[in-house]
Amino acid sequence: MKAKVEVFLKPGVLDVQGKAIEGALHGLGFGAVSGVRVGKTIEFELDGADKAKAENEVKAMCDRLLANTVIEGYRVDVG
Amino acid sequence: MKAAVVVFPGSNCDRDCAVAIERSTGAKVERVWHQESALPSGLDLIVLPGGFAYGDYLRCGAMASLSPVMRAVADAAERGVAVAGICNGFQVLCEAGMLPGALLRNAALKYVCTPIDLEVANGQTRFTAGYAGRREVTMTIGNGEGNFFADEETLDRLEGEGQVVFRYKANPNGSARAIAGIVSGRGNVLGMMPHPDRAFEEELGSTDGAILFQSVLASA
Repeated sequence: MKAKVEVFLKPGVLDVQGKAIEGALHGLGFGAVSGVRVGKTIEFELDGADKAKAENEVKAMCDRLLANTVIEGYRVDVG
Repeated sequence: MKAAVVVFPGSNCDRDCAVAIERSTGAKVERVWHQESALPSGLDLIVLPGGFAYGDYLRCGAMASLSPVMRAVADAAERGVAVAGICNGFQVLCEAGMLPGALLRNAALKYVCTPIDLEVANGQTRFTAGYAGRREVTMTIGNGEGNFFADEETLDRLEGEGQVVFRYKANPNGSARAIAGIVSGRGNVLGMMPHPDRAFEEELGSTDGAILFQSVLASA
């Protein structure tokens, strides 16, 4: 199975990179842009066939290493 | 008196810390590689130094917090041994869950390297007792991700319990409530972004860092 994890700063945490990118896009004339958030994607292969089990395992990986839940949220996609 | 400085791959203040502690206190300092699973016996202070452990991969301090030596550091802290995380070391302690909060990218997105005036917010800790009532000290900072963050409830608790030890006089990086350094609930684990290891001789512009090391080792 392939696992894909997306990690973003939580909504209440100021994303200074997102703000800077938003400002730069406005400067380029893309004035319709708002709410830019910068995150990261982590992809990997996972042995096993049980999708629900894999999803729980990947969430455990997020809680313990892939995300810092003090400041970050995550989305998990297994398939 | 005996101290250890942990060396992670990418640490770059480990020697500075060792020299600073030796010269300001006369303590014997051992540098311990992060792959060690045990620390030297009889330690009075363990320092996690500044730098870029594991190249800041994933998040600052994230990989280092899982190094084998960190289990021994956590055990020592549990027994009451003083632990100080400076700069990157502070990030490692937060990632290891030994201190609350996290360090975000500086609000202005700039690496800040400058002498900095600090308010001693709690002069009763074993790290700050040596300031003997002084309310202001000077050290230096050098970081790109020193913007302390915690949720409001945690910040209230830190302030209410006297766990905020240092505050910036002029906030250089957007840190919540201008927090520069905190201690654990028991008071024996300190995390701070400013560098006492860069303020231990007059030639460095300040000796206030030396007092911090003298303080914690005098209390041992």
